[in-house]
Amino acid sequence: MNKARWIGLALLAAAPLAGMGDYPLHLIILCLLWAFVYTGWAVMGRLGMVSLGHGAFLGVGAYVVVMGWNHFHISPWLGLPLALAATAALAFLIGYPCFRFKIVGHYFALVTLALSEVVRLIIIALRDYTGGSLGVTPKTALAKASWSLSAMQFSSKLVWFYVILMVWLAGLWIWTRVDRSMSRLALEAISQEEDAAASIGMSVTRLKLGVTMVSALMTCVGGVLYAQYQLYVNPESVSGIGISLQMVFGAIAGGMFVRLGPTVGAVFTLLLAEGLRLTIGHDIHGLDATIYGLMLVLFIIFMPKGILGAAIEAYEKRRRAPRVAPA
Amino acid sequence: MQIFDSFLLEAVINGILLGGILALLALGLNLIFGVIDVVWICYAELIMIGMYSVYYAHNVYHWPLALAFLACVLLVAALGALLHVLVIRPVLGAEPINQLLVTGGVLFFLQAVATLAFGVEFKNVGVSLPALQIAGMYISFARLIAFGVALGGMVALYLFLKRTYIGTAIRAISQDRGIMPLMGVSPNRIFVLTSAIGGALAGLAACLLVLQYDIHPAIGLSFGPITFMVCVLGGLGNMVGGFIAAFIFAQFISVGGYFLALEWGYVLAFLFFIGMMFWRPQGILGGK
Amino acid sequence: MLRLENVSAGYGSFQALFDVSLEVNGGESVAVIGPNGAGKTTLLRVISKLLPASAGTVSMEGWPLNDVPAHQVIARGIAQVPENRRLFPKLTVEENLKMGGFLAAARARYAERLEFVYSLFPRMKERRAQAAGTLSGGEQQMCAIGRALMSGPKLLLLDEPSAGLAPVVVQAIFGLIRRICAEGYTVLIVEQNIRQVLKVVDRAYLLETGRIKTSGAAATLLASDEIRKAYLGL
Repeated sequence: MNKARWIGLALLAAAPLAGMGDYPLHLIILCLLWAFVYTGWAVMGRLGMVSLGHGAFLGVGAYVVVMGWNHFHISPWLGLPLALAATAALAFLIGYPCFRFKIVGHYFALVTLALSEVVRLIIIALRDYTGGSLGVTPKTALAKASWSLSAMQFSSKLVWFYVILMVWLAGLWIWTRVDRSMSRLALEAISQEEDAAASIGMSVTRLKLGVTMVSALMTCVGGVLYAQYQLYVNPESVSGIGISLQMVFGAIAGGMFVRLGPTVGAVFTLLLAEGLRLTIGHDIHGLDATIYGLMLVLFIIFMPKGILGAAIEAYEKRRRAPRVAPA
Repeated sequence: MQIFDSFLLEAVINGILLGGILALLALGLNLIFGVIDVVWICYAELIMIGMYSVYYAHNVYHWPLALAFLACVLLVAALGALLHVLVIRPVLGAEPINQLLVTGGVLFFLQAVATLAFGVEFKNVGVSLPALQIAGMYISFARLIAFGVALGGMVALYLFLKRTYIGTAIRAISQDRGIMPLMGVSPNRIFVLTSAIGGALAGLAACLLVLQYDIHPAIGLSFGPITFMVCVLGGLGNMVGGFIAAFIFAQFISVGGYFLALEWGYVLAFLFFIGMMFWRPQGILGGK
Repeated sequence: MLRLENVSAGYGSFQALFDVSLEVNGGESVAVIGPNGAGKTTLLRVISKLLPASAGTVSMEGWPLNDVPAHQVIARGIAQVPENRRLFPKLTVEENLKMGGFLAAARARYAERLEFVYSLFPRMKERRAQAAGTLSGGEQQMCAIGRALMSGPKLLLLDEPSAGLAPVVVQAIFGLIRRICAEGYTVLIVEQNIRQVLKVVDRAYLLETGRIKTSGAAATLLASDEIRKAYLGL
């Protein structure tokens, strides 16, 4: 199993060197990027803290860095910690009252959903700086060179591939770390029995807040990378309801309870969306999105554990060996 | 969504009028949550479909406006029932969050279907009502009507829930689902009926909103999130709380929008909302 | 009137009832007695179709209830007062009674039956506008019985009417049940308070670990050694 994992990783890392076109490489990069973001969401989502507002953190990440660069000439490398700080503050602002006062389930989902929408509105309201709904492009540093380290801009997709591959791996590592840093008991306790957790002497509020911070910061990093890679962001693509729900759907479609689930979900949703767009095209505006929406609904009804979750379950069932799913 | 006028008082009055609409929106969601324990994330998208139905019935097929309104209410009521039967019922036994998300999927779906069927261009029913001039202030007639009808709709629902057998059963089922069959009530049918009523309220809201706003596939996003905030602030499922919260929020949006830009009104409302969470986490009327 | 033939039922892999057969004739009052966990409540849930029987048949006035959905059982004339009363706490007393008369056939005679229930329980009339959740235990039991009577049932099922009530109140409730029997209702009552219930009913079945152990006239059972030793501590 371990060996297979390394071989798979090596193949993935070597794939672009085989000389694939820009478009497949672009797709792989996006898959890995979104896989990282979805993994970040699932770090807290699988504990029953279902946030419908991660678009807020994505948006803060993307816009803080781009605004810093465009208006204050702050290198994205400095903008990144600023964005992380802003995200941490925002996550605290929303997380603390929610966990302190046990705002859970539907309430939590709706509160976070409102948060992501508010971030989108703030971006639009600051249209004099952000360009409003039209979006914004980071001032290019690529006019004379094909890359600029200080501006975090690289025209080579290969660079981005390796950067994002490393980030994605880091995301999986964080998932494992979060898993190990808390006992299973604690994790279960958070997601199911608040009182039980309190009775074994854990500060549930602090634990939840910690996990939320990790999750929000990962999403923020995803937003920064997205802006720097695409070199264009608009409020709808990095904040608001749409992208927030997309993260949740991605994680759930793949399976949010297993480590590679969100990654599978990212690959699946991206290829589905892209496949629909290519086969149907823009001639019939909205048909691809219609099918996409329909598939999401069917997924949640018929495969709530996600693709990987269901596959693992079927595999385990066939082996008739009740083992814990690889986490 | 232009809520701007020259006087603060005018903004306050407009806020009250907006509050009526928000209260109507929150009422439908609260009714459904109270009875079925499910939040329809796609509630505002049902309204969007309703607005399109008015446009097509009135402007394309030249039905009289009243008939178009009636058709809209009936259509969205049917959509509500359909949503329950096709989407909610299969996940009633699943994780609560899946119930929430599945309606989020419907949100995508309805937006996409609207794009597919109606295109992305803004549409307008083109019914322009005069503005009322009172003491130097201009109060939109459309808003006055909307306020009146929204209040009327709420009173009608209140009487229905209070006076009729079915209405009493709807209130009862949210208190004890398990013994409803012993009363001769099929919970299933009550759920479908409640969904239809929730849909009808969305349809009614669509009729009122179509007089004030342009229609486009993403119009739901203008109403959805604010409605959720109103519901959470009022306490999910708490219809009275939702009513009060609607008027508070409307003031923030209207007066905030008067001093700053409209978006800032929303942001202020949200900040207020976060503040309220510290003070009254279970909603403004929350007991426990 | 009501006949159970070889009924078995359970929850998942746990079987709670084994081959239970019993009969209630029109005008009779019958008790099913037995210790906690014997399956008494399960029995009533099966009759009301809240729980499907895994085997056997339940029939009412000769008609099997096999294919009758739970919410139509009451239309066949069977009303149940559930365990722990299960009133709708936020509805008023009168609204609770109204729910009992939800059936279309019952609505026509709502006023008349409401009058009857109020004459049976004058206390309910005093408290009719009060939320049911604020009533005392005994009053809640009255309200629950009244709610069941609102449908004008041929057969009244009572699930542990004495549970959780003070001894004095238990006496009063059994007195009321006696009056209801005297009104001509057919009653099937499930009860742990064996001594009290045997003084009220005509016949009784003893249910132990899901099986009918014995049955007979109430007076005979009350006098039998088996019951006296095992359940009355004499």
